[in-house]
Amino acid sequence: MIFLRRQLPLLITMITGLLFAGQYYVPHPASEQLLTSATKWLQIVGGFALVLGVTSLFHQHAAKIRRKEEGWGYSLVLYAGMLGTIAVGLWANGKESLEGAATAFGWVYSYMLVPLQGTMFAILAFFIASAAYRSFRARSREAAVLLIAAVIVMMGRVPLGEYLIPLSGDVSQWILNVLNASVRRAILIGVSLGAVALSFKIIFGVERSYLGGGKE
Amino acid sequence: MDATVLGAWVATGLTLCIFSFLYKDNPLFKLAEHLYVGVSVGYTIVKAYDTVIVHLIVKPIVEQGEIALLIPVAIGMLMLTRYVPKAAWLSRYAFAFIVGVGSGLAIPRTISSFILKQVEDTVRPLLSLAGGDGMTFSMNLLDPSSSINVIIILIGVISVLFYFFFSIEHSGPGKVVAKTGVMFLMIAFGAAFGYTVMARMSLLIGRLTDLIEFSDASYGRPTLWLLIVTIGMLIVLSRRTQGKPPQES
Repeated sequence: MIFLRRQLPLLITMITGLLFAGQYYVPHPASEQLLTSATKWLQIVGGFALVLGVTSLFHQHAAKIRRKEEGWGYSLVLYAGMLGTIAVGLWANGKESLEGAATAFGWVYSYMLVPLQGTMFAILAFFIASAAYRSFRARSREAAVLLIAAVIVMMGRVPLGEYLIPLSGDVSQWILNVLNASVRRAILIGVSLGAVALSFKIIFGVERSYLGGGKE
Repeated sequence: MDATVLGAWVATGLTLCIFSFLYKDNPLFKLAEHLYVGVSVGYTIVKAYDTVIVHLIVKPIVEQGEIALLIPVAIGMLMLTRYVPKAAWLSRYAFAFIVGVGSGLAIPRTISSFILKQVEDTVRPLLSLAGGDGMTFSMNLLDPSSSINVIIILIGVISVLFYFFFSIEHSGPGKVVAKTGVMFLMIAFGAAFGYTVMARMSLLIGRLTDLIEFSDASYGRPTLWLLIVTIGMLIVLSRRTQGKPPQES
């Protein structure tokens, strides 16, 4: 039983890992077909992972409603929004528009989801600005450099900034394309080395946390 | 009522409900927040159903007879065994498959695209052979591929990598290199911050543009009316809260 519960999953990981790592180095139509199929398979299996997430959300809010916890009415609103969107989405076969005309699902997307999402992220502008005002102090040389870079990039992105500081547009582009790019590149190299090391650890069974705890 | 006009009223109402959070946390914001979660989850479910169930499973199996697709369906179903405690271990097969394929695909592609390619772009010739002038060293800062920028990028990448390299002590010349790395990092963090702020500002301008558009008489001026209603409700809710005794924590 321990083989089925613990060792077989590790074996599956090892075989699939080595197979798909090797696939990259085999320039053959069959190898390409294997990659295409695997990508499709991963999408299908990933779809079932969504079921796990949605069920968890469903249970959490159902418990809130059942126990009549504080704010349980908002959970009802969440359910109404979710079930309503699913109903109109299935009714419209998942299409936002049909022959140029918006479906009810498209209406929900344009007049509910887009404004809600846009405004939710837009209000962050106020909080980021307020947090920056409170925390951005040029206490050290490093903090001053961060502050100056932020101000130049912000100024360089709007016409008023370029009007007030004529070179801010060009300097902003230089900061983003050269200085920022070099840091991103260094971080990317470091992260990638870590990702490769982690992948090897997973394939060879050193890293097993993805299997979860519980009984052997 | 026309669907566009109704949409304008709904979009304006939801926008104002969320903007009301700028005053303070209140029931209008919570309502819009929960509706946002519900609608976005519903939207994701419908899109996943359409993409995965209809286009990746049902149509290929029914129309093209791709029976092999039942294997990933079975693997996916194993994930759902997490809800049955006695059979929960079966879900490990599904996770093992996803993690194994993901790791296998990641190794060569990460090495090729994110390590070797990045190193190749960093270590470039400092002098270029352009035209009949022989070797040139370009000083144009606005051109990211100019010689001077190649040197700056090389210094930036090496110093930042060195800053995160803890196997040797950052002292002597190493300290200077690490300090240079910190400076590069600070500039990048500042630039990322500035860029994010401006992206959010752009979203804010978009929402305000919509509110201005919906204040038009052709929509029935929803911005104006709903703004009055929102402010009125905030005043009422604020007075009701003031009347209540403070809750014990």
